[in-house]
Amino acid sequence: MQLSYGEYGGRFVPETLIPALDELEAGWREAQDDPSFRAELDELGRSYAGRPTPLTLAERFAPGKRLYLKREDLLHTGAHKLNNALGQALLALRLGKRRVVAETGAGQHGVATATVCARFGLDCVVYMGVEDMRRQRPNLERMALLGAEVRPVEFGTRTLKEATSEAIRDWIATVRDTHYLIGSCVGPAPYPEIVRELQSVIGREARGQLLEAEGRLPEVAVACVGGGSNAIGLFAGFVDDPDVRLVGVEAGGAASLGSGRPAVLHGSRSSVLADEDGQVLDAESISAGLDYPGVGPEHAFLRDSGRAEYVGTSDEEALDAFRRLARTEGILPALEPAHALARVAELDEELVLVCLSGRGDKDLAEVTSR
Amino acid sequence: MSRRAQPEAVGPTPNPHPPGETERSEEIRADVSRGDDESVAIRLKALVIYLMCGPETPELAQAAVEGGADLVELGFPFSDPLADGPVVRRAAERALARGMRTGACLDVLAATRERLPGTPLVPMTYSSLLEAHGWERFAEDARAAGATSLIVADLPAGEHPEVRRVQLVAPTSTDERLALAAASSDGWLYLVTVTGTTGAREELSPALAGLVERARARTELPLYAGFGISTPAHAHAAGELADGVVVGSRAVEVAEDGPAALATYVSSLRSALD
Repeated sequence: MQLSYGEYGGRFVPETLIPALDELEAGWREAQDDPSFRAELDELGRSYAGRPTPLTLAERFAPGKRLYLKREDLLHTGAHKLNNALGQALLALRLGKRRVVAETGAGQHGVATATVCARFGLDCVVYMGVEDMRRQRPNLERMALLGAEVRPVEFGTRTLKEATSEAIRDWIATVRDTHYLIGSCVGPAPYPEIVRELQSVIGREARGQLLEAEGRLPEVAVACVGGGSNAIGLFAGFVDDPDVRLVGVEAGGAASLGSGRPAVLHGSRSSVLADEDGQVLDAESISAGLDYPGVGPEHAFLRDSGRAEYVGTSDEEALDAFRRLARTEGILPALEPAHALARVAELDEELVLVCLSGRGDKDLAEVTSR
Repeated sequence: MSRRAQPEAVGPTPNPHPPGETERSEEIRADVSRGDDESVAIRLKALVIYLMCGPETPELAQAAVEGGADLVELGFPFSDPLADGPVVRRAAERALARGMRTGACLDVLAATRERLPGTPLVPMTYSSLLEAHGWERFAEDARAAGATSLIVADLPAGEHPEVRRVQLVAPTSTDERLALAAASSDGWLYLVTVTGTTGAREELSPALAGLVERARARTELPLYAGFGISTPAHAHAAGELADGVVVGSRAVEVAEDGPAALATYVSSLRSALD
């Protein structure tokens, strides 16, 4: 198999989807070669989404360091997910697809998808595990208000893994008129590449902003990793700068890179929490957005090549970082990037860049119940 | 049943040929789908029954064959089966909860082969199991346990050609992909009748006729139609177009009521096909 990232990636999907993936890939190449696509996306970023997002120096959170936060929490809808949703919605329009299907875990990708579908007049169906519906109630209500149909997924782990499988099954049945708007850099090719490119705006902007603020590149760039889309977007800005250390932070109970093995999940070969027979295991995390047993194939490649390293954070450490950022900087982060913030203090480096991938409003119930 | 040719070539020695030899395809084609006698062949349609692996599967498979099944697919369950609808997905969940991992499934396959020395047995599973076990090792171990071929639901034609298997094509397949799948398929070509996942449907998919026509223009392999076929009427209608039918979800449901119920159900499909 022609794999995209070393031994990882590929297209492990039922035959029904192969022509649609071919069509998507061709449409994506055309869009990339079309200056008007990039121009429209940039304009939407500026006038609709709120790009560029600021870079904030967090001196009280990390005394003795120069910690900069890339503020994707200030993006419209409250998380980096909109970068990808906007780009893929434009792609769906180019492909003539009027219906969009998506999965969501924390609800941020569901909200971003519902938002772009409302903006462009597309039908929107979002699959969400009932366990996540319970812990991310505000996002559920937002999706409904935006006109999306949220379909509960009530089997298996009742979280992001099953929601993703169910979205793919929907796509298998509706592929002729439906675009599958995947939320992370996972799935069959060309999805990991599309999502990385659409999220790379995070790293590109942060690079320029940091050079302007400090006159140098960060010593280390840190981001949380579930499927890995905000991390791959941040890393994209620095992967060619060998002096910039890249650190991905996984939830301790969902460490696909830290304790996974090669397996096939949701259409690609990657590092997956799986048993020795290839059966996928349940991930467990307080953060619905990180509660996923797989990870983007490019992260597995970056880990194996040594270019990026991946560490873990426990639920308690993430909660502590959440509370500390609120008290020291007046920012409520989402629980997902709180995992990345939890590792900052122990870094040897002084100049640190963290992607604050989303805001924490959705997590208030979870945090205050602890 | 006696008028139907038994597929001698695949039993009692289950694996007369290593994978990749073309004779094998010829044998399955000649013996399973058409019968030895061409005049009989015109009437005969192959009936394929899918069962999820479990301790009682050998007995169920035997009942299916007694009811008139020509070939049995054995589901090796996977935790995240993208091609499967609710019935097979739930059956897979139950099977995994009962410990039906690759090793146990191979034991079930071997036990089924003991009971059914002459029936083609085809494990159907997903890439992750082969990835974990080793792609070629999986095919070898399955063959050693009595498998006639393999079906890997999420491994498109053209990928991992070293794993000889029955390829699937769908209504969305382009003519190029149809040709590619047919050229590498092992014995027969699996026509997915619907744009969708496995599971019963009200009506036989209208897409089947066009798919059969496009496939016939590109291959002489027998064409078996599956996904969404659950009633004798479906089987009859699909049999009018294709060379055989595959029944999965409904068979899995009926099998829960035991071997006698399964045999009765399968013979109702058999009667509708003949």
